[in-house]
Amino acid sequence: MSDKQVELNEHGHELLAWSDDSRHDVDEADHYVLMADAIRDLLIEKGVIKAGDVREQLEFMDSRSEDMGARIVARAWANPDFKERLLANGTEAIKEFDIPMLDAELVVVENTNEFHNMVVCTLCSCYPRTILGMPPDWYKSKTYRSRSVNEPRAVLKEFGTDLADDVAVRVHDSNADMRYLVLPLRPEGTDGWSEPELAKLVSRDSMIGVSPATEPATEPET
Amino acid sequence: MNSIHDMGGMHGFGAIPIDENEPVFHDEWEGKTVAMRIAMNAWRKWNIDMARHTVERFSPGEYLGMSYYERWITSLADMLVEADLVSLAEIANGRAGPGEKQTPPLTADAVPVMIKNGRPSARELDISARFQVGAAVRTNTDNPTGHTRLPRYARGRTGEIVICHGAHVFPDASAHGGGDAPQHLYAVRFSARELWGNSAEPKNSVILDLWESYLNNA
Repeated sequence: MSDKQVELNEHGHELLAWSDDSRHDVDEADHYVLMADAIRDLLIEKGVIKAGDVREQLEFMDSRSEDMGARIVARAWANPDFKERLLANGTEAIKEFDIPMLDAELVVVENTNEFHNMVVCTLCSCYPRTILGMPPDWYKSKTYRSRSVNEPRAVLKEFGTDLADDVAVRVHDSNADMRYLVLPLRPEGTDGWSEPELAKLVSRDSMIGVSPATEPATEPET
Repeated sequence: MNSIHDMGGMHGFGAIPIDENEPVFHDEWEGKTVAMRIAMNAWRKWNIDMARHTVERFSPGEYLGMSYYERWITSLADMLVEADLVSLAEIANGRAGPGEKQTPPLTADAVPVMIKNGRPSARELDISARFQVGAAVRTNTDNPTGHTRLPRYARGRTGEIVICHGAHVFPDASAHGGGDAPQHLYAVRFSARELWGNSAEPKNSVILDLWESYLNNA
């Protein structure tokens, strides 16, 4: 560590602990509210960022959601040729969707009756944000990060996912800037469905690999 | 570095906190924090490896006591200070000190374009890949004190190359100002028993993306 890094870690965070500061009579809950506003105001005042930057970024993030990933999965289910290209090179294959991929490349892994894939990032919380939106809290939790790699079947059970004993689990610890997307098994009874119809069965959790895709609702008997 | 961020295989954190109706952000400040972090990327004062390492340097107690976004806002402050964009005193006081204004490197209009183009980690490299798909490899047992992406649970273990990803920026160098220093990157599959012993299910496996200098012929 550089001297500056040591100083930051040893003393800097004390300075940032405003809730202990008599000048700011705030409780713990407001600590980070104040901190984020103070840093934003400071950056704008110093001309480091413009006021519009933060708003623009929030709008961009709002435009990301798991719908993007669901469209990719639905097309792979409906179109064997696309599926083949997607599994061979995810980054190239999704170019036809015009989805920006930020800092990462995409690797798509297919669930079969033999193997179930799930994705974790044990070292931080790497996640394919551009196609799934912001990660859920559980994905970033210490629990999911610590347990997924060595007791995946128990973790899956907590999501209500009971795999057959003969299905092996492949856990992808996404520790580099390759982003993993699980291609879940296509539910039975969806032959001939259109891509938009199929996409409705593709949940976020099924693309992280902690749940299967949603079963189609059975038609009520008439 | 062998710090608390390297959580794979740790015990004692309890059940998975699943909340089906959680909001994307629990509070407005979390969204602002993410937005600022992305906006700050335009300055190119730090890269993703430096950003990750900044969080890894938190003391274990501090790290465990913070939520994900609390770590993000605190590490943003650290990086701003380290890059001389603001001073610790300015952050502590909440207002700018005397000095010239900075000039933003791009206008807000240009931000979406930059995001769309991204900052991919793939690089051209004249050196050919040392390992091919199917090769058996053994990981290093080193304990580097700086940034590394070889988690402790996968050190000194034998696995099989399953994908050659091409050359990518090497985080162990990039996090410390060492430039891109690209190396070939491989997806390596380890059997669960190789990593966790005989209590693990024999057919399960863990796949990690590992840089060439982490790997040796098995």
